[in-house]
Parts: sequence; structure tokens; C-alpha cells
Amino acid sequence: MESVFGLVGKDFAIVVADTSAVHSILVHKTNEDKIMVLDSHKLMGASGETGDRAQFTEYIQKNVALYQFRNGIPLTTAAAANFTRGELATALRKNPYMVNIILAGYDKETGPSLYYIDYIASLHKLDKAAFGYGSYFALSMMDRHYRRNMTVDEAIELVDKCIMEIRTRLVIAPPNFVIKIVDKDGAREFAWRESIKDAPVPTLA
Amino acid sequence: MMKIDFGGLDPSAPLKGNTDDLHNEILAAPSFKLPITADFDGFQKAAVQMVKPAKGTTTLAFIFKEGVMVAADSRASMGGYISSQSVKKIIEINPYMLGTMAGGAADCQFWHRNLGIKCRLHELANKRRISVAGASKLLANILYSYRGMGLSVGTMIAGWDEQGPGLYYVDSEGGRLKGTRFSVGSGSPYAYGVLDNGYRFDLSVEEAAELARRAIYHATFRDGASGGVASVYHVGPNGWKKLSGDDVGELHYKYYPVEPTAVEQEMTEVSIAWGKEDGLYAVICFQ
Repeated sequence: MESVFGLVGKDFAIVVADTSAVHSILVHKTNEDKIMVLDSHKLMGASGETGDRAQFTEYIQKNVALYQFRNGIPLTTAAAANFTRGELATALRKNPYMVNIILAGYDKETGPSLYYIDYIASLHKLDKAAFGYGSYFALSMMDRHYRRNMTVDEAIELVDKCIMEIRTRLVIAPPNFVIKIVDKDGAREFAWRESIKDAPVPTLA
Repeated sequence: MMKIDFGGLDPSAPLKGNTDDLHNEILAAPSFKLPITADFDGFQKAAVQMVKPAKGTTTLAFIFKEGVMVAADSRASMGGYISSQSVKKIIEINPYMLGTMAGGAADCQFWHRNLGIKCRLHELANKRRISVAGASKLLANILYSYRGMGLSVGTMIAGWDEQGPGLYYVDSEGGRLKGTRFSVGSGSPYAYGVLDNGYRFDLSVEEAAELARRAIYHATFRDGASGGVASVYHVGPNGWKKLSGDDVGELHYKYYPVEPTAVEQEMTEVSIAWGKEDGLYAVICFQ
């Protein structure tokens, strides 16, 4: 099962996700990026059924972009989170999306924020959150070592502790993780933590 | 002023004369027959399960320096019965794109053909070929919209477009993965082992074809639902080309020829001694 977790630091938020694409006992890919960059200052890490994950997050991404085109200003993180939750809630009793989402963003006025949205459309604004089997290890690690207003280095140290714990203790531990960060300079990939290197897809110049 | 009388075209107005069954059927509200069963939900579930075959096949594809190599077996099985040893599991979507078939044969064939139509329409509308990413996204979106309705498709779309060689895995759950090496089907774990071990990006076309053939052979050896003929296709910058189609039984003896073993022991007959008086009984010894 896929692990996604995130936390809020001083003027930034981090989202971490494993990068395995798994089909019963087979690992099809070990470098699948599950954290979507919604717009310049928002990250959406998603875990759940493959089809739902890709389709739903792309749907949200396009709608966030549409709002910006129509209105000339981007959505705030809170607005994007509530929109996402609304879409999940509307679909819930007809055609539910089996996706769990951690939405992190940076707004100029309010700073960094993190939202926990699960597949039955609950929404919580939190400092730290986790989904998947990895959450059993990551949540207690974060509860123990998290402080408010951590620096990037301190936060990455905590993230690495969580990844190490997941790797050590989870029987079907994913080998690789991707870490993405969002701060006043935007949303971007921060680092990969790989124990297995998959062949990258080459592109011809 | 004369007004044209449209009263006769009024659908609710009964036609003069006979109203036959056909007429009633055309005018009836849309409906479909439900199966006569006590437990309709259970019946639905059972029907979907019956139609959904376990993806008994081995297909694989990988990107390398010279393009994309695509290979598959050719066995179709219905439970324990081998219904065919000569199924074409590599579908030619258009001259530069191939799709592989795993899961329901009808589903794969139909939706790949449908994809080919959509790709051609894209070419005509946009005056340029569709990319592999675009084609796979079209297929993934279609399959996603039929999610939960019992389609069984596990396919790889391989092609060469302006970005170079492209390979995507698309399945009926709506998943779509971009990658360099994939294998799909019940024999895929066996094929992955051989493929992962022998893979290098800078293989030549012959080496890559041999790797693909070998991986399919090993999968057919261990997996009962895979067998028949190992077909190997290569997709290069000028489109796809079929490289080989070898019967896996023959491949077995090619890779592991039968050694004539040195005879250690031979059966010989030794003379029989009868002698009731002596109490000897027939003794036939084997050495």
C-alpha cells in the first residue's frame, strides 16, 4: 500500500510519497511520481487506486488552472482543498474516487498550510499527516520529533527518520521515495531517496 | 391561406389502420430486458466474474537504444483448456504504433481498433501524427470511463514519435504508467526475471530480440497459460517490423538440446537354469 506523508515547517511545507507502482505481487515501476504540482505554489500528494489517483488529481489540477484563467488570480490553498473535498463528496455516493490526498501549499498572506483529505471526503487542516501502511510508522515518528517552525534541514532530518523507519519495519516496504517542497519560491521537487535505481526513460534530443 | 396539415406526423396520434408490434416497439420508452433471476445483483457479479478471464498470457516490451522491442506468446486458454495456440497478441494500431493484448481478447482487439480510429482522426484533424503519450492517454481515459463494468484489458502501447521511443502500460482499472520495461500477464513474473537480468540500454537489435524471445520462452516454460509461438516485433524510427515468430517447443530444444547420454548400464539376458530336481528356479538376471 502506498505511503504519503507531509508536514509544515517555518515558511514551507513538505510532502513525501513512495514511488512504487504495484500490481498484486508485481512492481511495475519504482520511480512513479505521485505528488502532483497543482500550480505554482501547491502540491498534491495522492495515494490510492492507480486510475483514480491519476484521473482525479489531473481533474483537480485542470480545474485549479481554469479558475486562474477565468479570474486572473490563483486559488488559495484552503479554497483548493475545499474544492477537492467537495468533488470527492459529490462523487462519494455514486462513483467514489478511492484516493487519499495530502494537499500542501504556500499563500503569501497566510504562509504554508497542509490539508488531509481522505477518500470519504473528510478534510482536516493539520501540521503533519500521513496515509497508507507507512503512516503507522511515520505518524508516531512525527508526533515524537515534530516542533513548530522547523527549518528545512530539521524537517528533512525528520522525513529521513520516517523513511528509514518505514524501510526497516514495513514488510512490503517501498524502496524509493520522492520529497517535494513548497515555499514562497514555489512548489518543486526537493530530493529522491532511492535504494533501487530504475532505468530512466531516455529521450532523444 | 392554406396551412399544411402536420397532424399525421404527430407521434401520439394513432395512425389510421393497424397499429402493429413494430410500431409499438418504436414508440415505447427506452428499456432493456432484465434477466429472470431472483438475485439480480449476484447475477451481475457472477456474469462479470465469468467474462473476466485471468490474464493468461505473457507479453513484454522494453525501450532500448534502437527503439522498442515488443514480444508476446500466442496461447489462449479457457480455464484448463487451450483454445488456441495461434492468437495474435501484438496488435498493429498503425504503422508506427503497436499494442499488446492481455486479458479479454475481445476487449483488447476492439479497443485497440477503436484507438487506431481515434489516432487516424487526430492525424487528419491536426495534420500530424499523434504521440504515444497522447494515444495511451486516449485509451486510458476510455478504459477509465468503463471502470467497474467488467472490461479486462492489460495492454502496452509502444511506438516511436517525435520524442523518440515511447512505452506506456495501460490497464482496465484506468492506470497508465510510463516506463522503459514492462511485462504483463500471468507469465510476467517469469519474464521479468529474465528480462531485468539481461537488459542493457545499449543492446543491438539482434541482442534485444534474443533477450525478448528468451524471456517469453522462459515464461511459457513455467506458466501453463502461456505458450504457442513467441512473436518478436521491433519499433524503430520508421515504424514497426515483425522480426520473428518461433514455436516455443522448438525454442526449448534449441536452447537445451538433448544430450545423448553415455550408456552406464545395459540390460542383458543371462542364461536361464532350470532344475526342478536341484531346486533351482528360473533366474533371469539383469546387470
